[in-house]
Amino acid sequence: MEKKESFINQIGRARRAEFAIETLIRTLGFSSIGFVLLIFFFLLREGLPVFFEVRPGNLFSTQWYPTFDLYGTLPLILGSVLVTVTAVAIALPLGVATAVFVREVAPGWAREVLKPMIEVLAGIPSVVLGFFGMTLVAPLIRETLRVPTGLTAFTGALLLAYMALPTIISVAEDALDAVPKGYRDAALAMGATRWQTIWRVVVPAARSGIVTAVMLGMGRAIGETMAVMMVTGNAARMPLTADSLLRPVRTMTATIAAEMGEVAQGSVHYHALFGIGIVLFLLTFLINLAAASTIFKKRRRGGLR
Amino acid sequence: MQRIGFVLLVLAALVVVLPILFVVGAIVVRGIGAVSWEFLSAMPRDGMKAGGILPAIVGTLLLTLGTALAAIPVGVGGAIYLSEYAADIWLTRAIRLAIINLAGIPSVVYGLFGLGLFVLFLQFGTSILAGSLTLAIMTLPIIISAAEEALRAVPTEFRTVSTSLGGTRWQGIRYIVLPQALPGIITGLILGLLRAAGETAPILFTVAAFFLPRLPHSPLDQTMALPYHLYVISTQVPGMPVDVQYGTALVLLALVLSMNVAATLIRSYYRRRRQW
Repeated sequence: MEKKESFINQIGRARRAEFAIETLIRTLGFSSIGFVLLIFFFLLREGLPVFFEVRPGNLFSTQWYPTFDLYGTLPLILGSVLVTVTAVAIALPLGVATAVFVREVAPGWAREVLKPMIEVLAGIPSVVLGFFGMTLVAPLIRETLRVPTGLTAFTGALLLAYMALPTIISVAEDALDAVPKGYRDAALAMGATRWQTIWRVVVPAARSGIVTAVMLGMGRAIGETMAVMMVTGNAARMPLTADSLLRPVRTMTATIAAEMGEVAQGSVHYHALFGIGIVLFLLTFLINLAAASTIFKKRRRGGLR
Repeated sequence: MQRIGFVLLVLAALVVVLPILFVVGAIVVRGIGAVSWEFLSAMPRDGMKAGGILPAIVGTLLLTLGTALAAIPVGVGGAIYLSEYAADIWLTRAIRLAIINLAGIPSVVYGLFGLGLFVLFLQFGTSILAGSLTLAIMTLPIIISAAEEALRAVPTEFRTVSTSLGGTRWQGIRYIVLPQALPGIITGLILGLLRAAGETAPILFTVAAFFLPRLPHSPLDQTMALPYHLYVISTQVPGMPVDVQYGTALVLLALVLSMNVAATLIRSYYRRRRQW
């Protein structure tokens, strides 16, 4: 009798343990949502006041001089846009071509060499790339392009392009990989050359994945901070002239990183930097939402197959 | 015609790869001269222009350790939920969306968040604790995605067999699925932690001490850290000897790349030994 009871107790204990562990794991599973909300909440908490302290006309003006209470964010936003768009323009053709090479053309050994190298690139800390950019790339650009300083928007875009490349290449590769082998066989059987098969059949079939790759690369580029701050010269000027690419520029991320250390907590300037943080958060949120929606759509259709 | 096209593709791949070799090569060649036992084991002297970078190395190791302690349970738990428990409902999709978003948030925004929540609101001050927690949340999406992939790769039969032998769901996960997925999970952990070790922006306002020639005493202490130190000596200190800069860059690069290599080795070793 006593033995039976203890057996039932044992089952009860096992059930309770099972329930406890399941609750814990569920909580951990949901925590990601909690963190996103927490981040957004704290950005709003510290950043929203700026919209009441500074007139909208000032916030969207062309002058960012916090010491004179000028909080015009346009030059920073346009600076980020200029650097990011240029970076993607460089990285997109390079990345897609490399992905096509690795997936469709390269012999096995070349693939074995290329893939770890690209992983190395993904692993190099941005501050190391920024340091490299400052000491070697910027002087090179100054001399070859004969500009007064090598710390330009273009230098930043160049570094950013390489930082976005690993993302673009790996996502584009997955997209190419998901194109059914039958597509290639059919094209080749109908007399298309390999080149025609790749560019008229395989790449178009992987289109949505490549778009995702570009968006994720763009998200990576717009949020990059250290490398950009170290090589773009950080002049908050409107990048509207034709030579803007070859002149210093300042991005949103660099502004936060460079100025947050010097502001008094709770000041207008402090709130303004968090305000820029809100803009960055929302921008990357939208970019990733767009990228994710193509991923989810693909999943619902059961992949490209 | 086709041949020209293929040559162009090779060129594109070279344009991608050669600069990588050049970056790593330049930093190794120019930095190796500065790296000595003293450089690795001494305190900085003369306004960081001489001596070593020990506090920065220790700081980065402590931050990485703190990040690991905070991120591993949450990340692996989250991955177990997604792979073993979650049904495909809107809530699961919301979790996935949240993870994608966490992965996309700029590192400097993590810095702002860490400043707002850990440093100021919870009053940890600029400290190793505040920085580790900030970095942990940043690395979470990397760890969750990698661990989930490793868990999903374990065949369903393993779970079915465990259940048929009378094991509970958790016993099946704990004793069957987790051990099989462990190498993949460890690879993911290392990849996440190397990202944390190399990041500067999230620790700018949460940990970093500009110049602090002593080792930290407690988790609530400030500390120097390698990435931030490299930033400081390459932009904020005029007249910094170039070889000290390159030496610091080399130490940081070596730390991060050796973690990278370790992850790759673990992955390929277990992939070859795997019997399913």
